[in-house]
Amino acid sequence: MAEQYVAAVDQGTNSTRCILFDRRGRLVSVAQREHPQLFPRPGWVEHDAEEIWRNVIRVVPAAIRQIGAEPSQVVAIGITNQRETSLLWDRFTGRPIGHAVVWQDTRTDRLVTELAGDEGPDRFADLCGLPLTTYFSAPRIRWMLDHTPGLRQRAARGEILFGTMESWLIWNFTGGTNGGLHATDVTNASRTMLMNIETLEWDDTLLEAFDVPRAILPEIRPSSGVFATATEVLPGVRIGAALGDQQAALFGQTCFSAGEAKCTYGTGSFLLLHTGQEIVRSKHGMLTTVAYQIGNHPASYALEGSMAVTGSLVQWFRDGLGMIHTAAEIETLARTVEDNGGAYIVPAFSGLFAPHWRSEARGVIAGLTGYITKGHLARAVLEATAFQTLEVVDAMNADSGIALTALKVDGGMTANNLLMQFLADLLDVRVVRPMVTETVSLGAAYAAGLAVGYWPDLEGLRSNWHRAGQWLPHMDPRRRETEYANWKSAVQRTFNWIRPEDQEL
Amino acid sequence: MPGTVQSIERAAAVLRLLAAAPNGLGVADLGNALGLAKTTVHGILRTLHQVGFVEQDHTGAHYHLSDAFGRLGESYLDPNELRSRAINWADSLASRSGEVVRVGRLVEGKVVVVHHVFRPDDSDQDLDVGTTLPPHATALGKAVLAFDTSGAARPRKLEAYTTRTITDPARLAEELTAVRARGWASEFEEHTVELASIAAPIRGLGGLVVGAVGLAGRVERICDSRLRHRADLVSMVSATAEAIGRDLREDT
Repeated sequence: MAEQYVAAVDQGTNSTRCILFDRRGRLVSVAQREHPQLFPRPGWVEHDAEEIWRNVIRVVPAAIRQIGAEPSQVVAIGITNQRETSLLWDRFTGRPIGHAVVWQDTRTDRLVTELAGDEGPDRFADLCGLPLTTYFSAPRIRWMLDHTPGLRQRAARGEILFGTMESWLIWNFTGGTNGGLHATDVTNASRTMLMNIETLEWDDTLLEAFDVPRAILPEIRPSSGVFATATEVLPGVRIGAALGDQQAALFGQTCFSAGEAKCTYGTGSFLLLHTGQEIVRSKHGMLTTVAYQIGNHPASYALEGSMAVTGSLVQWFRDGLGMIHTAAEIETLARTVEDNGGAYIVPAFSGLFAPHWRSEARGVIAGLTGYITKGHLARAVLEATAFQTLEVVDAMNADSGIALTALKVDGGMTANNLLMQFLADLLDVRVVRPMVTETVSLGAAYAAGLAVGYWPDLEGLRSNWHRAGQWLPHMDPRRRETEYANWKSAVQRTFNWIRPEDQEL
Repeated sequence: MPGTVQSIERAAAVLRLLAAAPNGLGVADLGNALGLAKTTVHGILRTLHQVGFVEQDHTGAHYHLSDAFGRLGESYLDPNELRSRAINWADSLASRSGEVVRVGRLVEGKVVVVHHVFRPDDSDQDLDVGTTLPPHATALGKAVLAFDTSGAARPRKLEAYTTRTITDPARLAEELTAVRARGWASEFEEHTVELASIAAPIRGLGGLVVGAVGLAGRVERICDSRLRHRADLVSMVSATAEAIGRDLREDT
């Protein structure tokens, strides 16, 4: 019998990919297409959802063709996606209403401040595990309904559907206007601020607070389980999983028990700690989120430290400033100098995320003197990722009461050796990367494969994990302290940047 | 003139014009100067852009010579860029073969390790990215040396690491000819006793060899019972090198 594969479709912030995996969890082929980041105004970030779907239609067959396989050799599709990015579309025409509003978008600044009111940003944290910030979907949905004339009425009449990107993909894979399934999974729903984190259902109190009509919401399903059978792109193939990209990475890194953690380094970086079936409430600025749910087993939860701008800072250096031609060259440029020269970049492009959660903050380059060259700035770009990680690790250690002894990393930026070494130095722990750096896609594949019986259980998946590389710390502790203090001082200077009277409604 | 390639002559003319225009030139300017249709000029510029000789200004209206063109003697592919293109395939090779994998490139007569993937047995290993290897005594080295024209392969003192290391320049030249003929390189206890390795060249745009990828391990795992490098491992290494090269060449 011909070899069988699982196809992961990773709809990320910058690109959409299809990756085929074999039974040993090895990457067999990759096809990828980028899509443009649209910045209609400062602080606004959008994607063209129809272009994204067109990219899906291209990358899936391309990945299969790459190894000369047939679509019949694909046993399941696992979908993973950039989380919180929100889309509204018309149920009858299948066309999106405007663009998808991306997770980094901050247009809901003022709205979020108003909703917090006197009770503050943790007003809804008990119900949904999340603070009120521009990051999550509900404020966005409210904004979109408020700002498009007639849309609210259409929504109330059931003509409009809401989804994060996995819902959009599932709907199109299963026929769209022709019988498409409108569904989401618990991990993605847990990022909307509309789902009750204990019951795992849409919560009336939250719906009312954000004035979101229930009619637009998708059905909430477990992360791993057969959603439906695709009728488009790969007709006849079962969609076996959908989960948010960071949760997929946790799954791909085989963090299946409480206490296991990983950090994914991509456009943004996300540290997730598995907390078992217990909902752990953070007191230090971490988020409480659903890790995954397999079939009708109880859901697993996680603490998350989200860092919005890490890899995207490198892209800005490339595309916005034109200082490097390719992202990888940041390492070459950074290596032309010995250290940061006293310069620090705090990339609060979308405000500050974990652990500070300050929507009004904006980015800062501090410590400039005539000595600073683009090499030092390149160093500062990379170090920004490591400093943000240190802040989040400190918060996580405080919440969990256990100190991290090793950090499992994955994602595109783990190819950067200078960054990985600096990370080990700054955190003073062993940094380890697995054989498959594409753990986001691997996690989606694992979850889908489990649902259709391609893999029998979690233990077998654990045995696929192997160490591919490792960095050990060797930084003078005093230097670590000084550098960290300088960073924290730079962070302070990002606060209170956008004044309340300047926030848009 | 017979025997020359017209599109290269035209490309050379475009480059000369750009070299003389400090503010860059547009498609129409070049078309008018050379008496060529705009679509022809556009095709030439797009190709020159793809190979890194020409860049566009941020409006897209004007073209100018790239920095890379001024530094033609240097390697056209940044080592960190090479790693980022190779990483998924190299990791996959380590996973499938069960052996250590390295990607290297030739810099001033030595092989610099650009990427290193641990042997997937979770044993204690040290990352050696940035270290160097002797080109005449390793498969990785021979795979790049065989395609080097800069003179790093010129006869000079070839250090012996084991009793099997090739130290005679004539023998090395023969070995490199064989590498070019079969498309892959091997090493048998020439760098470290009890270890053997297999490597293949990575070809970028225009067929230029930009580096090599290879695996290394204990002789009894890398070679068969007749002490020949295992054909299945050779295939895997060649396929990996081909996949990386394809990625590099397809870049737009």
